[in-house]
Amino acid sequence: MAEIDRDKLLDIYTRTMKVNRTDEKFRELLMGGKVAVMYYCVRGQELVSAAAMAALEKDDYVVCTYRGQGEQTAKGIPMEKWWGECLGKATGTCKGKGGTMHITDPETGIMVTTGVVGSGLPIANGLAMASQNNGDGRVTLVSFGDGAANIGGFHEAMNMAQLYKLPVIFLCQNNRYGEHTAYADHTDSPNIAARAAGYGMPGVTVDGNDVHQIYPAVKEAVDRARRGEGPTLVEAMCYRMMGHFFGADFSYMPPEHIAEMKAEDPLPKLRKVMLEHQFTEEQLDAIVADIDAQINAAVEHALAAPLPDVGEIYKDVLEETA
Amino acid sequence: MAQITMTQALNLAIDEAMAEDPGVFCLGEDVSAKQGGGVFKVTSGLTEKYGEHRIRATPISETAIIGAAVGAALAGQRPIAEIMLMNFVGVCMDQIVNHAAKLRFMSGGQTPCPMVIRTTTGVGVGFGGQHSDMLEAWFAHVAGIHVVTPSNPADARGLMRASIDANDPVIFIENILCYGLKAEDPGPGYRVPLGKAAIAREGSDISIITYGRTVLDALAVADDLAKEGISVEVVDLRTIAPYDEATVLASVRKTGRALTLHEAVRPFGTGAELAANIQEKCWDSLKGPVRRIGGTFSAVPFASHLEQAWIPTKPQIVEQIKASLGKL
Repeated sequence: MAEIDRDKLLDIYTRTMKVNRTDEKFRELLMGGKVAVMYYCVRGQELVSAAAMAALEKDDYVVCTYRGQGEQTAKGIPMEKWWGECLGKATGTCKGKGGTMHITDPETGIMVTTGVVGSGLPIANGLAMASQNNGDGRVTLVSFGDGAANIGGFHEAMNMAQLYKLPVIFLCQNNRYGEHTAYADHTDSPNIAARAAGYGMPGVTVDGNDVHQIYPAVKEAVDRARRGEGPTLVEAMCYRMMGHFFGADFSYMPPEHIAEMKAEDPLPKLRKVMLEHQFTEEQLDAIVADIDAQINAAVEHALAAPLPDVGEIYKDVLEETA
Repeated sequence: MAQITMTQALNLAIDEAMAEDPGVFCLGEDVSAKQGGGVFKVTSGLTEKYGEHRIRATPISETAIIGAAVGAALAGQRPIAEIMLMNFVGVCMDQIVNHAAKLRFMSGGQTPCPMVIRTTTGVGVGFGGQHSDMLEAWFAHVAGIHVVTPSNPADARGLMRASIDANDPVIFIENILCYGLKAEDPGPGYRVPLGKAAIAREGSDISIITYGRTVLDALAVADDLAKEGISVEVVDLRTIAPYDEATVLASVRKTGRALTLHEAVRPFGTGAELAANIQEKCWDSLKGPVRRIGGTFSAVPFASHLEQAWIPTKPQIVEQIKASLGKL
């Protein structure tokens, strides 16, 4: 795999820690009873999201899922707006009408966050089709889990994307669980990426906990898409280190699986890579401290922000009432 | 002005919208020149003008078709997606209901979804249970979508232009039996605003509230009953949802009697919502209960005589009107 330059490594590290610290903060707020909302933890998958977003340009489109905190914050949604939405406030990206499962921020390219497994892939094709039609040079990345690979829309979208050579990247975050069902209990094929061949599309399985695998794989897919060569399926092997959603029981995870995922935790691995590239402990700690300060300020802002006006339930239904 | 068929009317509306706005494009099964311009020829001749990128023939993948339309709409284009037959919406309801209809609201107004879903259906041509249903009530029950259906070529042209202009999703229902109807071409740029009903015929004894192909039945019955001295007003909704409540209520307040009529099955049909609303808001003007006619509550049958028995008939309409007037 190609070497990643230091600037890009720093970029990926910063995004990764932003995702991780946001996740930690969210769980702290939920645990402390300060907030009671649905939240789908991303612990264990931070690097996949961060590396993927670091491979995109600012204008590129992203479609993600309810477990999309990683893509959303790593792509760069302003933290105050992100927290505002998650807490259901008028200052949120969607005025508090979307919530944690439907974060949308076109300014940073987060076009859809879907709460329906597998529904993002067909929509990503459409965003990419628009780019192909108008020649704006954008690519679209859609993120989804291994569970989504078994719904019909996945197959329809993969076939259509390859047929039209759409500039789209299908990023499957294979976190070994579809909701509460283990991979082996929902799929008998050894991996998801092999399915790409069935559509005439390149597919690759990489270690999502290794920055030297995940970043180059997504970058190559992005470059291919931008060159007009069509879509790629990138399967990033990773672990969902928590339950399906915050508070959900995950005692069903076998001890050996838990031991394996702890050994493969992307954060210590990434820190090691950073130190190998002559970043110092102090530098890395300072980045995290800065992120924490930003997150704390954003959370305070969101907690103090006003609730949406009740009249909002009648607005944005159709244009006439907008 | 020249006479045009409804097929030509739709084609002209799409053609002129594509000529004016490079963001308008069509996608769907068999829509391009290679497949003959659509099974009902609505997109005939457009591939030659605008190329295969703007008349995209798709695989048989309804979820991918509507998903692609949603995505393209979010990116600022104006896709016209064709679902060949209305029953096939069952394949892609998630994209329509959970995404197209809700993304404007759930994003706090940031991502409107301007797209037209053209679809065809109709009872009376022997297509059987999975190719004939009118399913407009499914969509009328969902906030965030316009549901439109023309009953004549001029409205087809005008409603299609207005649907393409709209900044929200539109389900545009074309009745197979209406494609061949001929009428005067209203000409380039003609638009019929969404949400505006038409008084297809003025009358004073009873209002029939209907849309699509059954407007023709209502008009035929009105002609016949006029000879018996019964004056029937026919309201053509044109936009089924959200519908033109003011026109409907004004008509019923004037005539004092109402009959809802649609080809879709009667239970839980749009007629039920219309009747309930009329009774709530026009109670003092009503001279009797609102009556409803709809298709039989079973699957659309194949054999021709069964199909004709299944569908609302003109004698049924006459009977209901006379019952309402106490003239049976």
